[in-house]
Amino acid sequence: MTLFGELYFFICAAVLIIPAIILGIMEKPIKYYGFAVTIIFVLLVTIGNPITIAYLAVYCLWEFGLTNVGLYFQKKGNRDKKIFYMLVPMSLAPLITFKLSGLMGTSIFGFIGISYLTFKSIQIIIEIHDELIKEIKIFDFLYFLLFFPSILSGPIDRSRRFTEDLYIVPSRKEYMESVGNGLFKICLGMVYKFVLAAAFFQGMTYLGSNIGDWTGSMLVYMYCYGLYLFFDFAGYSFMAVGISYIFGVKTPDNFNKPFISVDIKEFWDRWHITLSHWFRDFVFSRFMMASIRGKWFKNKLTGATMGFMINMTLMGIWHGLNWNYIVYGVYHGVLLSVTEIYQKKSKFYKKNKKKKWYKVLSGIITFNLVMFGFLIFSGKVIN
Amino acid sequence: MENKVKETILDLLEEICGDDCVRTELDINLLEEDLIDSLDYTELLVGIEDALGIVMAPSELKREEMDTPNKIIQQVLKRI
Repeated sequence: MTLFGELYFFICAAVLIIPAIILGIMEKPIKYYGFAVTIIFVLLVTIGNPITIAYLAVYCLWEFGLTNVGLYFQKKGNRDKKIFYMLVPMSLAPLITFKLSGLMGTSIFGFIGISYLTFKSIQIIIEIHDELIKEIKIFDFLYFLLFFPSILSGPIDRSRRFTEDLYIVPSRKEYMESVGNGLFKICLGMVYKFVLAAAFFQGMTYLGSNIGDWTGSMLVYMYCYGLYLFFDFAGYSFMAVGISYIFGVKTPDNFNKPFISVDIKEFWDRWHITLSHWFRDFVFSRFMMASIRGKWFKNKLTGATMGFMINMTLMGIWHGLNWNYIVYGVYHGVLLSVTEIYQKKSKFYKKNKKKKWYKVLSGIITFNLVMFGFLIFSGKVIN
Repeated sequence: MENKVKETILDLLEEICGDDCVRTELDINLLEEDLIDSLDYTELLVGIEDALGIVMAPSELKREEMDTPNKIIQQVLKRI
Protein backbone atom coordinates (compact mmCIF):
# COMPACT_ATOMS: atom_id res chain seq x y z
CA MET A 1 0.00 0.00 0.00
CA THR A 2 1.11 3.57 -0.64
CA LEU A 3 -0.07 6.09 1.92
CA PHE A 4 -2.18 8.87 0.38
CA GLY A 5 -1.43 7.47 -3.05
CA GLU A 6 -4.13 4.93 -3.88
CA LEU A 7 -7.79 4.21 -3.40
CA TYR A 8 -7.03 1.25 -1.11
CA PHE A 9 -5.46 3.63 1.41
CA PHE A 10 -8.39 6.03 1.34
CA ILE A 11 -10.91 3.23 1.81
CA CYS A 12 -8.97 1.87 4.81
CA ALA A 13 -8.59 5.37 6.24
CA ALA A 14 -12.29 6.17 5.77
CA VAL A 15 -13.24 3.04 7.73
CA LEU A 16 -10.58 3.42 10.42
CA ILE A 17 -11.38 7.04 11.27
CA ILE A 18 -14.95 6.14 12.31
CA PRO A 19 -13.97 4.70 15.74
CA ALA A 20 -11.66 7.71 16.27
CA ILE A 21 -14.56 10.09 15.68
CA ILE A 22 -16.78 8.09 18.03
CA LEU A 23 -14.10 8.24 20.76
CA GLY A 24 -13.72 11.97 20.17
CA ILE A 25 -17.43 12.60 20.42
CA MET A 26 -17.60 10.56 23.63
CA GLU A 27 -14.78 12.75 25.00
CA LYS A 28 -12.46 9.78 25.45
CA PRO A 29 -8.72 9.75 24.63
CA ILE A 30 -8.03 8.71 21.04
CA LYS A 31 -4.32 8.06 21.38
CA TYR A 32 -4.40 4.30 22.10
CA TYR A 33 -6.69 3.66 19.17
CA GLY A 34 -4.61 6.06 17.05
CA PHE A 35 -1.49 4.12 17.89
CA ALA A 36 -3.16 0.84 16.89
CA VAL A 37 -4.20 2.37 13.55
CA THR A 38 -0.67 3.63 13.06
CA ILE A 39 0.70 0.11 13.56
CA ILE A 40 -1.89 -1.28 11.12
CA PHE A 41 -0.82 1.18 8.42
CA VAL A 42 2.89 0.61 9.02
CA LEU A 43 2.27 -3.12 8.58
CA LEU A 44 0.13 -2.61 5.45
CA VAL A 45 2.86 -0.48 3.89
CA THR A 46 5.71 -2.83 4.72
CA ILE A 47 3.86 -6.08 4.07
CA GLY A 48 5.68 -8.19 1.54
CA ASN A 49 8.98 -6.58 2.46
CA PRO A 50 9.80 -7.90 5.94
CA ILE A 51 13.35 -6.54 5.94
CA THR A 52 12.04 -2.96 5.99
CA ILE A 53 9.99 -3.62 9.08
CA ALA A 54 13.07 -5.05 10.74
CA TYR A 55 15.03 -1.91 9.83
CA LEU A 56 12.24 0.26 11.17
CA ALA A 57 12.14 -1.65 14.46
CA VAL A 58 15.92 -1.48 14.88
CA TYR A 59 15.81 2.21 14.03
CA CYS A 60 13.16 2.98 16.68
CA LEU A 61 15.03 1.06 19.37
CA TRP A 62 18.32 2.71 18.43
CA GLU A 63 16.88 6.21 18.61
CA PHE A 64 15.00 5.50 21.82
CA GLY A 65 18.26 4.20 23.31
CA LEU A 66 20.10 7.36 22.29
CA THR A 67 17.47 9.64 23.81
CA ASN A 68 17.81 7.70 27.05
CA VAL A 69 21.58 8.10 27.03
CA GLY A 70 20.98 11.84 26.62
CA LEU A 71 18.50 11.89 29.50
CA TYR A 72 20.93 9.94 31.69
CA PHE A 73 23.63 12.56 31.23
CA GLN A 74 21.12 15.38 31.64
CA LYS A 75 20.04 13.94 35.03
CA LYS A 76 23.63 13.61 36.14
CA GLY A 77 23.82 17.35 35.58
CA ASN A 78 26.52 16.76 33.03
CA ARG A 79 25.98 19.47 30.47
CA ASP A 80 29.09 18.37 28.66
CA LYS A 81 28.52 19.28 25.04
CA LYS A 82 30.83 16.48 23.86
CA ILE A 83 28.26 13.84 24.69
CA PHE A 84 25.72 15.55 22.49
CA TYR A 85 28.26 16.09 19.75
CA MET A 86 28.43 12.30 19.70
CA LEU A 87 24.73 11.57 20.12
CA VAL A 88 23.64 13.71 17.16
CA PRO A 89 25.85 11.91 14.58
CA MET A 90 24.83 8.57 16.10
CA SER A 91 21.21 9.55 15.63
CA LEU A 92 22.00 10.52 12.04
CA ALA A 93 23.92 7.29 11.36
CA PRO A 94 20.98 5.24 10.01
CA LEU A 95 20.06 7.99 7.52
CA ILE A 96 23.67 8.39 6.41
CA THR A 97 23.98 4.61 6.01
CA PHE A 98 20.82 4.63 3.92
CA LYS A 99 21.98 7.50 1.68
CA LEU A 100 25.45 6.03 1.16
CA SER A 101 24.15 2.53 0.53
CA GLY A 102 21.89 4.10 -2.11
CA LEU A 103 24.98 5.33 -3.95
CA MET A 104 26.21 1.75 -4.03
CA GLY A 105 22.93 0.49 -5.38
CA THR A 106 21.67 -1.20 -2.22
CA SER A 107 19.26 -0.03 0.41
CA ILE A 108 20.37 -0.49 4.00
CA PHE A 109 17.92 1.13 6.40
CA GLY A 110 15.61 1.84 3.51
CA PHE A 111 12.19 2.14 5.07
CA ILE A 112 9.23 4.46 4.75
CA GLY A 113 9.89 7.96 5.96
CA ILE A 114 13.45 7.52 7.25
CA SER A 115 14.42 11.07 6.22
CA TYR A 116 11.50 12.55 8.10
CA LEU A 117 11.85 10.27 11.11
CA THR A 118 15.45 11.41 11.45
CA PHE A 119 14.35 15.04 11.91
CA LYS A 120 12.03 13.99 14.69
CA SER A 121 14.72 11.95 16.47
CA ILE A 122 17.44 14.58 16.25
CA GLN A 123 15.27 17.39 17.56
CA ILE A 124 14.45 15.29 20.63
CA ILE A 125 18.15 14.75 21.33
CA ILE A 126 18.92 18.45 20.89
CA GLU A 127 16.03 19.46 23.14
CA ILE A 128 17.21 17.00 25.78
CA HIS A 129 20.53 18.81 25.69
CA ASP A 130 18.67 22.13 26.05
CA GLU A 131 16.80 20.65 29.03
CA LEU A 132 13.50 21.36 27.35
CA ILE A 133 12.67 17.63 27.41
CA LYS A 134 13.13 15.98 30.78
CA GLU A 135 11.45 12.61 30.34
CA ILE A 136 10.28 10.42 27.49
CA LYS A 137 7.73 7.66 27.68
CA ILE A 138 8.24 4.90 25.14
CA PHE A 139 4.61 5.02 24.01
CA ASP A 140 4.72 8.78 23.35
CA PHE A 141 8.06 8.40 21.61
CA LEU A 142 6.94 5.63 19.26
CA TYR A 143 3.62 7.26 18.52
CA PHE A 144 5.33 10.57 17.73
CA LEU A 145 7.87 8.90 15.47
CA LEU A 146 5.48 6.61 13.61
CA PHE A 147 2.24 8.67 13.62
CA PHE A 148 0.85 7.44 10.30
CA PRO A 149 -0.56 10.65 8.76
CA SER A 150 2.89 12.26 8.75
CA ILE A 151 5.27 9.27 8.62
CA LEU A 152 5.67 9.35 4.84
CA SER A 153 6.70 12.98 4.16
CA GLY A 154 5.84 15.10 7.17
CA PRO A 155 4.76 17.73 8.16
CA ILE A 156 7.56 17.54 10.73
CA ASP A 157 5.93 18.05 14.10
CA ARG A 158 7.71 18.89 17.36
CA SER A 159 7.67 16.25 20.08
CA ARG A 160 6.72 18.61 22.91
CA ARG A 161 3.79 19.96 20.90
CA PHE A 162 2.67 16.50 19.78
CA THR A 163 2.87 15.00 23.27
CA GLU A 164 0.86 17.89 24.69
CA ASP A 165 -1.97 17.03 22.29
CA LEU A 166 -1.93 13.41 23.48
CA TYR A 167 -2.77 14.46 27.03
CA ILE A 168 -5.54 16.87 26.12
CA VAL A 169 -9.04 15.48 25.68
CA PRO A 170 -10.98 18.30 24.04
CA SER A 171 -14.65 18.95 24.71
CA ARG A 172 -17.11 17.51 22.19
CA LYS A 173 -17.66 20.92 20.64
CA GLU A 174 -13.95 21.61 20.21
CA TYR A 175 -13.36 18.15 18.82
CA MET A 176 -16.21 18.45 16.30
CA GLU A 177 -14.74 21.75 15.16
CA SER A 178 -11.37 20.15 14.50
CA VAL A 179 -13.04 17.27 12.67
CA GLY A 180 -14.76 19.84 10.47
CA ASN A 181 -11.49 21.64 9.80
CA GLY A 182 -9.77 18.31 9.22
CA LEU A 183 -12.34 17.13 6.70
CA PHE A 184 -12.10 20.44 4.88
CA LYS A 185 -8.32 20.10 4.67
CA ILE A 186 -8.61 16.54 3.41
CA CYS A 187 -11.00 17.63 0.63
CA LEU A 188 -8.80 20.58 -0.28
CA GLY A 189 -5.77 18.31 -0.32
CA MET A 190 -7.53 15.87 -2.64
CA VAL A 191 -8.39 18.63 -5.10
CA TYR A 192 -4.81 19.90 -4.96
CA LYS A 193 -3.21 16.51 -5.43
CA PHE A 194 -5.58 14.61 -7.66
CA VAL A 195 -6.99 17.43 -9.79
CA LEU A 196 -4.54 20.34 -9.94
CA ALA A 197 -1.24 18.48 -9.52
CA ALA A 198 -2.42 15.88 -12.03
CA ALA A 199 -3.30 18.62 -14.52
CA PHE A 200 0.11 20.29 -14.25
CA PHE A 201 1.72 16.88 -14.52
CA GLN A 202 0.01 16.47 -17.87
CA GLY A 203 1.24 19.89 -18.93
CA MET A 204 4.71 18.93 -17.86
CA THR A 205 4.78 15.64 -19.74
CA TYR A 206 3.02 16.74 -22.96
CA LEU A 207 3.75 20.43 -23.46
CA GLY A 208 7.08 20.37 -21.72
CA SER A 209 8.42 17.17 -23.25
CA ASN A 210 10.80 17.16 -26.21
CA ILE A 211 12.88 19.84 -24.55
CA GLY A 212 15.01 21.36 -27.23
CA ASP A 213 12.48 20.89 -30.04
CA TRP A 214 11.12 24.35 -29.48
CA THR A 215 12.56 27.06 -27.35
CA GLY A 216 9.57 27.60 -25.09
CA SER A 217 9.31 24.00 -23.95
CA MET A 218 11.86 24.40 -21.18
CA LEU A 219 9.90 27.36 -19.78
CA VAL A 220 6.61 25.48 -19.98
CA TYR A 221 8.26 22.55 -18.26
CA MET A 222 9.65 24.81 -15.54
CA TYR A 223 6.34 26.46 -14.61
CA CYS A 224 4.34 23.24 -14.91
CA TYR A 225 6.84 21.30 -12.83
CA GLY A 226 6.96 24.00 -10.13
CA LEU A 227 3.18 24.17 -9.88
CA TYR A 228 2.90 20.38 -9.99
CA LEU A 229 5.38 20.14 -7.12
CA PHE A 230 3.41 22.66 -5.09
CA PHE A 231 -0.05 21.15 -5.60
CA ASP A 232 1.23 17.61 -5.14
CA PHE A 233 3.11 18.28 -1.91
CA ALA A 234 0.74 20.88 -0.47
CA GLY A 235 -2.14 18.53 -1.32
CA TYR A 236 -0.49 15.63 0.47
CA SER A 237 0.32 17.89 3.44
CA PHE A 238 -3.25 19.16 3.76
CA MET A 239 -4.53 15.58 3.79
CA ALA A 240 -1.93 14.57 6.39
CA VAL A 241 -2.84 17.52 8.61
CA GLY A 242 -6.57 16.88 8.13
CA ILE A 243 -6.35 13.22 9.16
CA SER A 244 -4.19 14.19 12.16
CA TYR A 245 -6.97 16.52 13.36
CA ILE A 246 -9.44 13.65 13.37
CA PHE A 247 -7.04 11.68 15.56
CA GLY A 248 -6.82 14.63 17.95
CA VAL A 249 -3.37 15.83 16.87
CA LYS A 250 -2.95 19.39 15.59
CA THR A 251 -0.11 18.68 13.17
CA PRO A 252 1.23 22.06 11.95
CA ASP A 253 0.52 23.27 8.42
CA ASN A 254 3.24 22.95 5.83
CA PHE A 255 2.24 25.53 3.20
CA ASN A 256 0.80 29.02 3.39
CA LYS A 257 0.30 30.54 -0.08
CA PRO A 258 4.04 30.44 -0.94
CA PHE A 259 3.67 32.16 -4.32
CA ILE A 260 2.50 35.47 -2.85
CA SER A 261 5.88 35.90 -1.12
CA VAL A 262 7.50 39.28 -1.65
CA ASP A 263 11.04 37.97 -1.15
CA ILE A 264 12.92 34.68 -0.72
CA LYS A 265 13.03 35.02 3.04
CA GLU A 266 9.26 35.21 3.12
CA PHE A 267 9.05 32.30 0.68
CA TRP A 268 10.79 30.00 3.18
CA ASP A 269 8.24 31.04 5.81
CA ARG A 270 5.47 29.86 3.49
CA TRP A 271 6.96 26.87 1.61
CA HIS A 272 7.54 23.51 3.32
CA ILE A 273 7.27 25.45 6.57
CA THR A 274 7.92 22.63 8.99
CA LEU A 275 11.14 21.71 7.18
CA SER A 276 12.49 25.24 6.90
CA HIS A 277 11.57 26.08 10.47
CA TRP A 278 13.25 22.89 11.61
CA PHE A 279 16.42 23.96 9.86
CA ARG A 280 16.01 27.48 11.24
CA ASP A 281 15.69 26.28 14.84
CA PHE A 282 18.20 23.44 14.87
CA VAL A 283 20.85 24.47 12.34
CA PHE A 284 20.77 28.15 11.35
CA SER A 285 19.98 29.71 14.76
CA ARG A 286 22.48 27.52 16.55
CA PHE A 287 25.22 28.26 14.08
CA MET A 288 24.47 31.99 14.29
CA MET A 289 24.41 31.99 18.09
CA ALA A 290 27.70 30.10 18.27
CA SER A 291 29.26 32.47 15.77
CA ILE A 292 28.08 35.57 17.66
CA ARG A 293 29.31 34.20 20.97
CA GLY A 294 32.63 33.06 19.55
CA LYS A 295 33.04 36.22 17.43
CA TRP A 296 33.90 34.05 14.41
CA PHE A 297 33.20 36.79 11.90
CA LYS A 298 34.14 40.44 12.00
CA ASN A 299 31.21 41.45 9.88
CA LYS A 300 27.63 40.54 10.76
CA LEU A 301 26.69 40.03 7.14
CA THR A 302 29.56 37.60 6.56
CA GLY A 303 28.26 35.52 9.45
CA ALA A 304 24.74 35.60 8.09
CA THR A 305 25.94 34.56 4.65
CA MET A 306 27.84 31.60 6.10
CA GLY A 307 24.76 30.66 8.12
CA PHE A 308 22.48 30.74 5.09
CA MET A 309 24.92 28.80 2.92
CA ILE A 310 25.46 26.02 5.46
CA ASN A 311 21.77 25.83 6.29
CA MET A 312 20.50 25.60 2.72
CA THR A 313 23.27 23.34 1.44
CA LEU A 314 22.50 20.88 4.21
CA MET A 315 18.84 21.09 3.27
CA GLY A 316 19.76 20.29 -0.33
CA ILE A 317 21.89 17.32 0.69
CA TRP A 318 19.06 16.03 2.86
CA HIS A 319 16.86 15.76 -0.25
CA GLY A 320 19.35 13.30 -1.71
CA LEU A 321 22.97 12.82 -2.66
CA ASN A 322 22.41 13.98 -6.23
CA TRP A 323 23.90 17.05 -7.82
CA ASN A 324 20.53 18.57 -8.66
CA TYR A 325 19.50 18.59 -4.98
CA ILE A 326 22.84 19.89 -3.75
CA VAL A 327 22.90 22.69 -6.35
CA TYR A 328 19.28 23.48 -5.42
CA GLY A 329 20.35 23.97 -1.80
CA VAL A 330 23.35 26.11 -2.71
CA TYR A 331 21.16 28.17 -5.06
CA HIS A 332 18.76 29.03 -2.24
CA GLY A 333 21.68 29.73 0.09
CA VAL A 334 22.97 32.27 -2.42
CA LEU A 335 19.52 33.80 -2.92
CA LEU A 336 19.01 34.25 0.82
CA SER A 337 22.48 35.72 1.30
CA VAL A 338 22.13 38.15 -1.59
CA THR A 339 18.68 39.18 -0.31
CA GLU A 340 20.08 39.76 3.17
CA ILE A 341 22.97 41.89 1.92
CA TYR A 342 20.71 43.84 -0.45
CA GLN A 343 18.11 44.54 2.23
CA LYS A 344 20.68 45.67 4.78
CA LYS A 345 22.78 47.80 2.42
CA SER A 346 20.49 49.21 -0.24
CA LYS A 347 19.04 52.67 0.26
CA PHE A 348 16.78 52.01 -2.70
CA TYR A 349 15.28 49.05 -0.84
CA LYS A 350 14.74 50.99 2.37
CA LYS A 351 13.09 53.82 0.49
CA ASN A 352 10.73 51.70 -1.57
CA LYS A 353 10.09 48.49 0.36
CA LYS A 354 6.68 49.54 1.62
CA LYS A 355 5.42 50.80 -1.74
CA LYS A 356 2.87 48.79 -3.64
CA TRP A 357 4.70 48.72 -6.98
CA TYR A 358 7.87 47.57 -5.28
CA LYS A 359 6.10 44.68 -3.54
CA VAL A 360 4.44 43.54 -6.77
CA LEU A 361 7.69 43.70 -8.75
CA SER A 362 9.65 41.99 -5.99
CA GLY A 363 6.97 39.29 -5.78
CA ILE A 364 7.13 38.59 -9.51
CA ILE A 365 10.92 38.32 -9.41
CA THR A 366 10.73 36.03 -6.37
CA PHE A 367 8.19 33.78 -8.08
CA ASN A 368 10.44 33.35 -11.09
CA LEU A 369 13.56 32.76 -9.00
CA VAL A 370 11.65 30.11 -7.09
CA MET A 371 10.45 28.46 -10.30
CA PHE A 372 13.99 28.40 -11.64
CA GLY A 373 14.99 26.72 -8.37
CA PHE A 374 12.45 23.98 -9.03
CA LEU A 375 13.86 23.49 -12.51
CA ILE A 376 17.25 22.83 -10.89
CA PHE A 377 15.52 20.54 -8.40
CA SER A 378 13.82 18.57 -11.17
CA GLY A 379 17.17 17.37 -12.49
CA LYS A 380 16.33 18.40 -16.05
CA VAL A 381 19.28 20.76 -16.34
CA ILE A 382 21.77 19.00 -14.07
CA ASN A 383 22.39 15.21 -13.87
CA MET B 1 14.64 43.85 39.07
CA GLU B 2 11.64 44.03 36.82
CA ASN B 3 12.68 47.48 35.62
CA LYS B 4 16.23 46.38 34.99
CA VAL B 5 15.03 43.47 32.84
CA LYS B 6 12.67 45.73 30.98
CA GLU B 7 15.34 48.33 30.29
CA THR B 8 17.90 45.72 29.20
CA ILE B 9 15.50 44.13 26.76
CA LEU B 10 14.31 47.41 25.33
CA ASP B 11 17.96 48.47 24.82
CA LEU B 12 18.64 45.20 23.04
CA LEU B 13 15.53 45.47 20.88
CA GLU B 14 16.24 49.05 19.94
CA GLU B 15 19.71 48.11 18.80
CA ILE B 16 18.62 44.96 16.95
CA CYS B 17 15.52 46.38 15.29
CA GLY B 18 17.19 49.70 14.57
CA ASP B 19 14.04 51.60 15.50
CA ASP B 20 13.17 53.31 18.78
CA CYS B 21 9.44 52.71 18.31
CA VAL B 22 9.96 49.44 20.24
CA ARG B 23 10.42 51.56 23.38
CA THR B 24 7.13 53.35 23.18
CA GLU B 25 4.91 50.79 21.50
CA LEU B 26 5.33 47.79 23.73
CA ASP B 27 2.65 45.79 21.95
CA ILE B 28 3.88 46.38 18.44
CA ASN B 29 4.08 43.14 16.45
CA LEU B 30 7.75 42.80 15.60
CA LEU B 31 7.20 40.08 13.01
CA GLU B 32 4.36 41.78 11.14
CA GLU B 33 6.15 45.13 11.16
CA ASP B 34 9.24 43.47 9.73
CA LEU B 35 11.33 44.64 12.68
CA ILE B 36 12.84 41.27 13.60
CA ASP B 37 13.83 38.30 11.43
CA SER B 38 15.40 34.90 12.18
CA LEU B 39 18.83 36.44 12.21
CA ASP B 40 17.86 39.22 14.63
CA TYR B 41 16.15 36.67 16.83
CA THR B 42 19.41 34.79 17.38
CA GLU B 43 21.09 38.09 18.32
CA LEU B 44 18.31 38.77 20.79
CA LEU B 45 18.75 35.36 22.46
CA VAL B 46 22.52 35.79 22.76
CA GLY B 47 21.98 39.34 24.06
CA ILE B 48 19.54 38.16 26.74
CA GLU B 49 21.99 35.47 27.81
CA ASP B 50 24.93 37.88 28.00
CA ALA B 51 23.08 40.65 29.81
CA LEU B 52 20.86 38.67 32.16
CA GLY B 53 22.32 35.17 32.25
CA ILE B 54 19.08 33.65 31.01
CA VAL B 55 19.51 30.87 28.47
CA MET B 56 16.72 30.41 25.96
CA ALA B 57 17.03 27.84 23.18
CA PRO B 58 15.93 28.90 19.69
CA SER B 59 13.36 26.10 19.52
CA GLU B 60 11.99 26.69 23.01
CA LEU B 61 9.21 29.13 22.17
CA LYS B 62 7.11 29.66 19.11
CA ARG B 63 7.74 32.97 17.42
CA GLU B 64 4.16 34.02 18.18
CA GLU B 65 5.08 33.77 21.86
CA MET B 66 7.91 36.27 21.37
CA ASP B 67 6.54 38.72 18.84
CA THR B 68 6.06 41.91 20.88
CA PRO B 69 8.39 43.74 23.32
CA ASN B 70 5.92 43.03 26.13
CA LYS B 71 5.75 39.30 25.41
CA ILE B 72 9.54 39.05 25.32
CA ILE B 73 9.83 40.88 28.65
CA GLN B 74 7.22 38.60 30.21
CA GLN B 75 8.93 35.44 28.94
CA VAL B 76 12.26 36.58 30.37
CA LEU B 77 10.73 37.60 33.70
CA LYS B 78 9.15 34.14 33.98
CA ARG B 79 12.62 32.61 33.85
CA ILE B 80 14.22 34.68 36.60
